[in-house]
Amino acid sequence: MTLNQLRPDASGVIEAIHAGQDLRRRLCGLGLRLGIRVRVIRHSPLNGPLQVRVGHTDLILRRTDAANIEVSPA
Amino acid sequence: MKRVAVLGMPNTGKSTLFNRLTGAGAHVGNWPGVTVDLLAAKLLLGDAMVELVDLPGFYNLHGFSEDEQVVRRFLETQPVNLLMVVLNASQLDRQLALPLQLKELGVPMLVVLNMIDESGRLGVRIDLDKLETALGAPVLTLSAKFGRGLEKVKQELARQLQQHPRLTQARPAAFDQDQRIERELDALVSASVTSPIHLPPSATDKLDKVLLHPWLGLPLFFLMMFMLFQAIYGLGTPLQDAMAWLLDHVKADWLEPATAAWPEALRSLVVEGLFDGLGTVLTFLPIIAVFFMLMAVVEDSGYLARAAFLTDALMSRLGLDGRAFVMQLMGFGCNVPAIMGTRIMRSSGLRALTMLIIPFSLCSARLQVMVFVIAATFAPLAAPVALFALYVTSFAAAFLTAFLFRHRYASHEPLLLELPPYRLPTWRFLGVESWRAVRQFLAGAGGFIVVGVLLVWFLTHYPFDAVPAGPDTLAGRLADLLAPVFAPLGIDSMLSVALLFGFVAKEIVIGALAVIYGVGPDALGAVLSARLDWAQAFSFLLFTLIYTPCLSTVAAIRTEAKSWRLAALSVAWPLLLAWLASFAFYQGVRALA
Repeated sequence: MTLNQLRPDASGVIEAIHAGQDLRRRLCGLGLRLGIRVRVIRHSPLNGPLQVRVGHTDLILRRTDAANIEVSPA
Repeated sequence: MKRVAVLGMPNTGKSTLFNRLTGAGAHVGNWPGVTVDLLAAKLLLGDAMVELVDLPGFYNLHGFSEDEQVVRRFLETQPVNLLMVVLNASQLDRQLALPLQLKELGVPMLVVLNMIDESGRLGVRIDLDKLETALGAPVLTLSAKFGRGLEKVKQELARQLQQHPRLTQARPAAFDQDQRIERELDALVSASVTSPIHLPPSATDKLDKVLLHPWLGLPLFFLMMFMLFQAIYGLGTPLQDAMAWLLDHVKADWLEPATAAWPEALRSLVVEGLFDGLGTVLTFLPIIAVFFMLMAVVEDSGYLARAAFLTDALMSRLGLDGRAFVMQLMGFGCNVPAIMGTRIMRSSGLRALTMLIIPFSLCSARLQVMVFVIAATFAPLAAPVALFALYVTSFAAAFLTAFLFRHRYASHEPLLLELPPYRLPTWRFLGVESWRAVRQFLAGAGGFIVVGVLLVWFLTHYPFDAVPAGPDTLAGRLADLLAPVFAPLGIDSMLSVALLFGFVAKEIVIGALAVIYGVGPDALGAVLSARLDWAQAFSFLLFTLIYTPCLSTVAAIRTEAKSWRLAALSVAWPLLLAWLASFAFYQGVRALA
């Protein structure tokens, strides 16, 4: 499944990131890397962005970008 | 001179440290080969003068975002004695990747773990010795916000500079690095950083539960924006009035008597051209100072990223993000600081698009014109409806513009923002921020504004034997020439001369109308209601709302975007849109009536 499909409060481990080199590096800089555990905190209404937590960092990203991140529920 | 580059990821308190070290003395400098201005300051450390350069926050030395390229270009072209790398101590699990990458450059490095107070509260424990060995650089802890550890940082900076007296150029091979860093990062983090696995819900989590609530979040956002707006303009407007009062007194009590004996053309040039031009620049200073002080509170508090979270669903369809919306709302007070406030956006496309829509915000200067003309020409019951319609038009024009130009000024950066914990800013930081904004406005936009005011003065006063702003002046003849353009809008040539004045500053439109009609401001209302029907009046107001931003706003756009093209577009496009809107309205009403 992909990151945007995780319900709020659910966690997952990142298995694959389908993004260009550039976006991948940006995600990596923010802590979204392979094998890392992410938790979805909340969804913004009206199909807005997601708030996720990686380590001690909270991030927001759009659902379209989150759809490119494959996770296995954990 | 010795040079130190200060770098780090966004939200590490890098700028706070920079401000702590350098005070308000920093200046914006140009660097050959680097496209954006960087903040730099000279500092006496030990016995040597050192230049500190504040590089933009970036995540990755190999990334392609605009900021990342600026950092890379700087490091590729400018030799430095030392890199000062600032990291957020509570986020070392990912931020240590940065010093690992920078180590490869072969430039001496000093690592500062900032926000050590926050990481301590979170229970993060750090083995400094292991870090120093792994990074091959001294590692210090600091709370830049409260100044704890600052003396040690200064001492270590001085010591490092003594050890590395020569400028070093970064090794170019290091700029295309491999994936090895990730493995190194994991090993280093597990060896030197321990953090509790289960975090108790923090104060930030509790606040977010309310402020980012699915359906309370947006109303609270608007309430907060309203309060911020009230605070900025409640504080700023009286100061602006005080400045205007002071200028009036200088003019009436000192300048006018002193120049009374001068030839008329020269007197008018000095009093109505130069002095009024300088006055226009000065009246903006209080509002810019207050704006940047309060925006620094909002930005530092961490709420701005949350505003993006709340409003992105709407704004992303327009090619904008939530921060653009905040600036658009702030523009309803005054467009100039809102334009300068777009600095918080890092993508130049997004910034340009935001600067293009802010001038449609019905600012308080235009509101004066609207209220005056509406009161004079509309029935009391219809007046609020007319004003409301103008506010709706203001939003519609902005959103339409964003929609039309969203591909031309596209943002190539995905919305990926950190939500930092809620923090309280320090007074010192607020002072530095607003002082810097005021100075930059004076240096960047001041000259442009004075020249513009002089130009309009010349158009409305030449030839000098004609009645100022009368039909025989250049402005009057220009209005005659343009009469066929304005006639279909119901705007006569006298009104169009007033629009020319409005280019300088919207609030002088009413005063200009009084001069043009040759009546006092008290009698102007009666003259307007006798000469204009409601359709003509509303068409004039529509045009005044949309057409070209005031001179100071155009000057701010030019300096902020460093682009004459964008400044020209910000004048030309609204003019066209204003004409179309007024034409559609006026001809529509005439066709129906």
